[in-house]
Amino acid sequence: MTTTSLPARRKPRRSPMRHIGAGVALVLAVAWAFPVYWMVNSSFLSVTTITALTPTWVPFGGTLANYKNVLQGSTGFTDALLMSLGVTGVALVICIVFAFLGALAISRFRFRGRKALVLAIILVQMLPAEAMFIAQYQMISGLGLLNTLAGVSIIYVAMVVPFTMWMLRGFVAGVPADLEEAAMIDGCSRFGAFMRVTFPLLAPGLVASGVFAFLQVWNEFALASIILTSEQQETLPLWLRNFAQPSSLGMLEWGQVMAGSTLVAVPVIVFFLIVQQRMTQGLVGGAVKG
Amino acid sequence: MTTTAPAPGTLEAPAAPASRPKRRRSPLPYILATPAIIALLAGMGYPLIWQVWNSFREYGLAQQFGQAPEFVGLDNYIELLTGSEFWGVLAKSVVFMAVTAGATMVLGIGLALLMKHIAGWARITLQVAMLLAWAMPIVAQMTVWNWLIDDRNGVLNYLLSLLPGVDMIGHDWLESPLSFFAVASVIITWASVPFVALSVYAGLTQVSDDVVEAAQLDGAGGFQMLRRITLPILRPILVILLLLQMIWDLRVYAQIELLQGFGAAGTQYDLLGTYIYGLGIGQGHFGVAAAAAMLVMLFTIALSWFYVRELLKEDAQ
Repeated sequence: MTTTSLPARRKPRRSPMRHIGAGVALVLAVAWAFPVYWMVNSSFLSVTTITALTPTWVPFGGTLANYKNVLQGSTGFTDALLMSLGVTGVALVICIVFAFLGALAISRFRFRGRKALVLAIILVQMLPAEAMFIAQYQMISGLGLLNTLAGVSIIYVAMVVPFTMWMLRGFVAGVPADLEEAAMIDGCSRFGAFMRVTFPLLAPGLVASGVFAFLQVWNEFALASIILTSEQQETLPLWLRNFAQPSSLGMLEWGQVMAGSTLVAVPVIVFFLIVQQRMTQGLVGGAVKG
Repeated sequence: MTTTAPAPGTLEAPAAPASRPKRRRSPLPYILATPAIIALLAGMGYPLIWQVWNSFREYGLAQQFGQAPEFVGLDNYIELLTGSEFWGVLAKSVVFMAVTAGATMVLGIGLALLMKHIAGWARITLQVAMLLAWAMPIVAQMTVWNWLIDDRNGVLNYLLSLLPGVDMIGHDWLESPLSFFAVASVIITWASVPFVALSVYAGLTQVSDDVVEAAQLDGAGGFQMLRRITLPILRPILVILLLLQMIWDLRVYAQIELLQGFGAAGTQYDLLGTYIYGLGIGQGHFGVAAAAAMLVMLFTIALSWFYVRELLKEDAQ
């Protein structure tokens, strides 16, 4: 139905179709944003409001008590936050360094085994994590690293290195080697040329790849749920999962759960919005170019 | 920026670019790639080999406690493939994948076409709404949806009960398996459509106005335009998106696991991911679980082979 209005884009004469289209778009926008809105809305509601027979659509006169309880009470949020920061920090630093060096190798050199390496990093991304975690669990368990930051980081690094390397490969290839040569002719050493010319040009790429790796590790749930089974060692996604379980009496403080959920989601949403443009390009870039 | 092992010397080298000394054997690329390769071998390579190996061995609880695993050939595979359980779960997973991926693609393409033809403010509103949904961490997504469909205070049951003659208060959406999977499918579709819609929209903006104009001059109508011009140009991107959706929806684990935790545990709510988990870590049949994982892996790789080929082409460019 919308296709009939194709010409509308060229001729500014407005057709009724365009208005209907805008109306439909708004309805859909509400549908897609509603769960996110509802999470934030509910997080400001007191127990009595939230369990009332009619829902409260806008949190006028809301309360911050839910957030206070999550942050200050003995919910374990802060411990989980620290664990998440630790795991993500370790995995991220290692991943970026390894992936960056690897990306330099595959985009600036032609060497024997390069094809196999490229194929390997693509194939690894295709391996369903869900079909690997039995084996990964066995390995980490065999190493005695269940419930440790090191255990989960080993797997996380391997999980994010391929994608990060693939992404950085594109960025490195985008900086012509000629630029470095020109700098060398002007008297720079090789290392100097790399640091002064190429590296600054790669900085945005490193930041973007870093944010992706961050999002993957920070949000990871499946593997964490298998390797980090102790309540003392849980990352934020695990914490939220456990926090959202009903008590033995079937009761759940939904306001607090939504406050916790909001605390987990908001930083992720902010980071995500920063990099989403590149994400779309990264995954289907080749296809768009044709 | 580097803080770890590789000495600055290794960083210097990339300056020796690919342009001239291509053929000269240098150990440098190998040195640069080594850390990444080690990381991959440790986190993926070893488990993969373990998995292949143990899918041919008897590896159950007794072996967990020290008894030597016995090589049993194809027994694990035969046990899976001759029983009805695995086929049942596989069939459920495939149907789940087909429905979810199909709905995601149709909605995503529809939304992209819609975005192309509406005023800028409406499009941006829709894009922002979709980005919000897309950005939500899976655990937060599932938690919020579980609240939306809560039997007593959930907003869904409240709204449905406003309809004349309907009383849904107290209805548990996760109780019947069919309803359980429908909920899972809706949530996953809700979360995946933004990626498809925005990617297809990006593809649509590449369809040049000249082509559109030429087709119009030749008398192409709206539907013909879609069929003859737009879809063929979008074909490569649509194929890749469909493949990714299929792969992702086939191996869905976290969402199912979380929904089960929210109120419906039992094998009738299993898809492949949770089934394998239950077999291995749940019941301790690691050998059989490894075989099941291998089957899923082969299936996924077959599905994704096309995508891999596309990426390799991109690398060759």
